[in-house]
Parts: sequence; structure tokens; C-alpha cells
Amino acid sequence: MPVLGADMDEGTLVEWLVKPGDQIHKGDVIAVVDTAKSAIEVESFHTGTVAELITPVGETVPVGTVLATITEAGEEAGEPGAVKPGGPAAVGPPAAEGGRPAVAVAGELAAPAAGEAAAVEAPAPARARPGRRPAPQVTGLPAHSTPLVRHEAEQLGVDLATVRGSGRGGTITRADVEHAAASRRRRVTPLARRLADELGVDPGAVTGTGPDGAVRAADVRRAVAAGAPAAGRATARQPGDAGRPPAAAGAQAGQAAQAAQPGRSRRAESMRQAIARLMARSKREIPHYYVSNTEDMSAALAWLRGRNRSVEVSRRLVPAALLLRATALAARQVPELNGYWTEDHFVPGTAVHLGVAISLRGGGLITPAIHHADGLDPGELMAKLRDLVNRARAGRLRSSELTDATITVTNLGDQGVESVTGVIYPPQVALVGFGKIAERPWAVGGLLGVRPVVVTTLAADHRATDGYTGGRFLTVVADLLQRPEEL
Amino acid sequence: MTPEQAYQMITDILREIAPDADPGTIGGDADIRDALELDSLDFLNFVEELSQRSGRRIDEDDYPQLATLASGAKFLAGP
Repeated sequence: MPVLGADMDEGTLVEWLVKPGDQIHKGDVIAVVDTAKSAIEVESFHTGTVAELITPVGETVPVGTVLATITEAGEEAGEPGAVKPGGPAAVGPPAAEGGRPAVAVAGELAAPAAGEAAAVEAPAPARARPGRRPAPQVTGLPAHSTPLVRHEAEQLGVDLATVRGSGRGGTITRADVEHAAASRRRRVTPLARRLADELGVDPGAVTGTGPDGAVRAADVRRAVAAGAPAAGRATARQPGDAGRPPAAAGAQAGQAAQAAQPGRSRRAESMRQAIARLMARSKREIPHYYVSNTEDMSAALAWLRGRNRSVEVSRRLVPAALLLRATALAARQVPELNGYWTEDHFVPGTAVHLGVAISLRGGGLITPAIHHADGLDPGELMAKLRDLVNRARAGRLRSSELTDATITVTNLGDQGVESVTGVIYPPQVALVGFGKIAERPWAVGGLLGVRPVVVTTLAADHRATDGYTGGRFLTVVADLLQRPEEL
Repeated sequence: MTPEQAYQMITDILREIAPDADPGTIGGDADIRDALELDSLDFLNFVEELSQRSGRRIDEDDYPQLATLASGAKFLAGP
């Protein structure tokens, strides 16, 4: 489970988009994870072949938990899809074959301790078995299981070939079968899950009509109409409860009341807590300094008007596109503010990935990044911004967008405030704020006129830079906004 | 297009853009952007959709006429 933003400590796997044996490339979207803020498309850190999906759909696990193993390209060449005899069924761990460790999806973030914590529910002792052995192709034949377990599997409609054995030598136990049945029952599409959450329905208790019995949005609506049981999701979010059937978790005393709350307020509350943790950390650790300026926007707005007049609606720019463009270029020119503060020193960003604060309907905000923003012209930036806002609000962001920002912009001006002085997103070192563009009296050349102006602010980390650097940054932004045709 | 049809088109689109807010509850003379808390991108989506469905060219200079439901309906139904 990767860290999708500094304020995340656990996530719920809502959908696998790959299966064992699939070839994937670095950056491919392989799963959808639900966090306190949004459903996020998780991209692979590696190129290779999917070996095993470890975290079942519907399970909430802490950050660092291994979600799946990937055999790196080249590694599996000798033994494609190989599984040890007696190994845990068809989805065995080929990466362990050659004595090289399997690559965890969570990559560098997968701390061993966290991985073990996640394996509590279904430990797989065979996984770490070293040494190379002959490896025949196993195609769906269950390895070991007792007649009782096979009977149970048949009763529950579970295909044993898809179950990972947790018993001795990879034997499939009754608990494995029940676990598989439970997680399969909870196959839920992202939209259905969000809907169920908002309506306070336990998606696991809904009968699915999609492929493989997946629960779809229509099923949730039908269940609500029929009076489905309330969700036990608040409790299922506790890391220790991960994977436990909702009924069992919900039965715990003292948590029942929480589970009965409407899903919407629960999500809002958990987002609030995530923001609270991150912002408190920022103010606790980062000695902020602030600088501000007021810019004449008449040149920029006149240029925008002229440009927008000649293009169709879909290609029109809003002033925010120019403000973002100026910020991205300034971040390139003043690289001391573009990057991260880690381990007591500043690490400059390798590119300008511009984080944009986007307020979500129903409360809260999210700050996904526009990658390589300094290489995009205003039109391209505008397209990226629209796409990002739409996806942020629809809950379809990508993991890299939530982790890569090197500097963030907040444009509260759209909501009508004159200026905003931001709180830095750790580990970044600067946050740029734009207020509302408003007409004000303005002195030029000894004369007073009325001009559209905007207050630009910079909150920066005093450990990384001094006020002088911050001032230089805002001066660059100001100069760029006076020459919009060059933006 | 009649003013009634235009009114309906505007509220339909607003409902899609701001699903949490109900344009049916705001008055005909209330400022749409303020009442529904639309930002500039929302408003652009609104104009784009309106232009597509009505088949009418909408310039930036026309935006002030889209400020309220009443003025917007009048604008769309007009010549």
C-alpha cells in the first residue's frame, strides 16, 4: 500500500486491474485504492510480470503493506509463471524461486514490519522458502486441501485454484476458503463502493449482478430501496480489523454506534482528520515565513480576452491557467523553492511538478500535481487543470499525481477572498497563494487609475530558504504576468 | 427555444456540474456562481455544455448575461 500523499496511513483496496501472469510496465495502473480523500489509481513502480495479488479486494490495510508481488522483467525468463510443486496453488510466488526477493508493489515504502502485519490474516509460510527446484507449470490445480475443505469450497462456490494456502506447505485451510469467499463476496465497483459509503450500506451484504457477482452501483441502490444493513466500514478501517468480515468487526462493543453513522459524514470526518494531521505536522515542523505582492493583471487579462475571443469555449483559458504558468516558470528560475526538505537538508526537485489545491464538493481538499508543468504552455496547462479537477472530484486520481508535487499552488481567489497565506505541504518547502482578481485603485506614473489586481503570496520553509529568495520568486512571477504573450 | 425550455436546460446542466447543490432551490435572480459555489472551471464547463446543447455561440462578453437563471434563460431564448 503506497503512501498516496503525506497525510495517508491506510487504504482500502477496491479493485484489481491486473491478474497474476499479466505483463505490466512502470507507470501502468494496476489497482484502485480508496483513501480518506478519494479513490486513487495506483501505478506500478516496476516493469515485470504480476506474480501474486496478496491483498484481497475490500480489505483495508496500513501503508507499507505488500499488495502484490511482481517478478521483474528478465527475472522470470527461465521460469515463466513457475510454481513449486506443493506450493500454494496457481498464484504462487515465482519471484522467490531464483532466490531473489519478490518486488513489492509498495516498493521502497513496503517496510518488512508492515508487510508482516498485513500477513496476519493469511500468513503464507511457503512464500519465503529459498532454493531452486524443478518448476512444472501448474494450471489451476489446487495443491493441497482436505476433503472437508474441498466440500466447504464447493458449498461456498470458491475455486480452490484461486486460493492461497496458509497451512503447512501451502495447504489450503478452511479459514482460507472462508476468507476467499468473504473477499469475493465483497467485489464491488468503485462507484458502487462510494455510493454504498454515502448511503451507509455495507457493500458486502449486497447481492452483485455484475461479472463474477461484482456489486455495481445499481445493486447498491436496489439494496437501499430494500432496506440493506448499515455498513461496518468505520470499524473495518481499523488496521487491526483488516480483512475481518464486516459483521464480526461491527459486532464489537462501542463501535456499533460509529458504524451506524451515515457514510458521508464518516468520510468527511476521516478526510478532516487526515488534513488535520498533515497541517499540524506542517506547522509543528516547518518554520514558515511569508512574503506577498500585489500585481496589476490588466495586461494578462487583456491578452486572455483577445485569445479567448478567437477560440471555442472548450479551448478558452481562465486566469488561473496564466497564474499556474507563471508559478511553474518561476519555480524553474528559483529552484531553491522547488523540491523537498528531507533529513535536515533540501533536495531540489528533478522537475517542476505543480501541486494544485482543489476543493472537493462536500468539503475537504486534495492537492494533485500537474507533472512537468514548466514544460506546458498555458493552453496545455489549462487542459491538464480541467482534467485534474474533474478527476479529483470524480475520485479518479493517479497515485503519482498525489505524491510527486514539488511545489503547491492554492487559488482561493476563485472563492472570492482577496488573499490567502498558505500552510506548506510537507515535505515541500513552498506554497504559492493567489487571491481574487479584483478592480482596485492603482497608481501608475503619478496618476490614479482603476486596475484589476491580484494579491500573490508565498509561504516558504525558512530551513530551506530565506525571505530574500521568497521575494525573488514573487518578483519573477510579477514580471512574467506583465508579459503574458511570452508565457 | 422558449424561456421555459432554456430555464430547464440551464438547471439540468447545473445539476450535473454541482450535484450536491440543487439549482431548483435558488431564486431566478440569485447569482448562480455564488449560490452554487462554482469556481471558474465549473463555470467554463457550464458555458461549454450550454453552448453545445443550445447550439449557440457564447462569447466571454456574454458571460454577464449568464449570471442568474432568469437572465440566462432570457439570453438563450433571445434572438
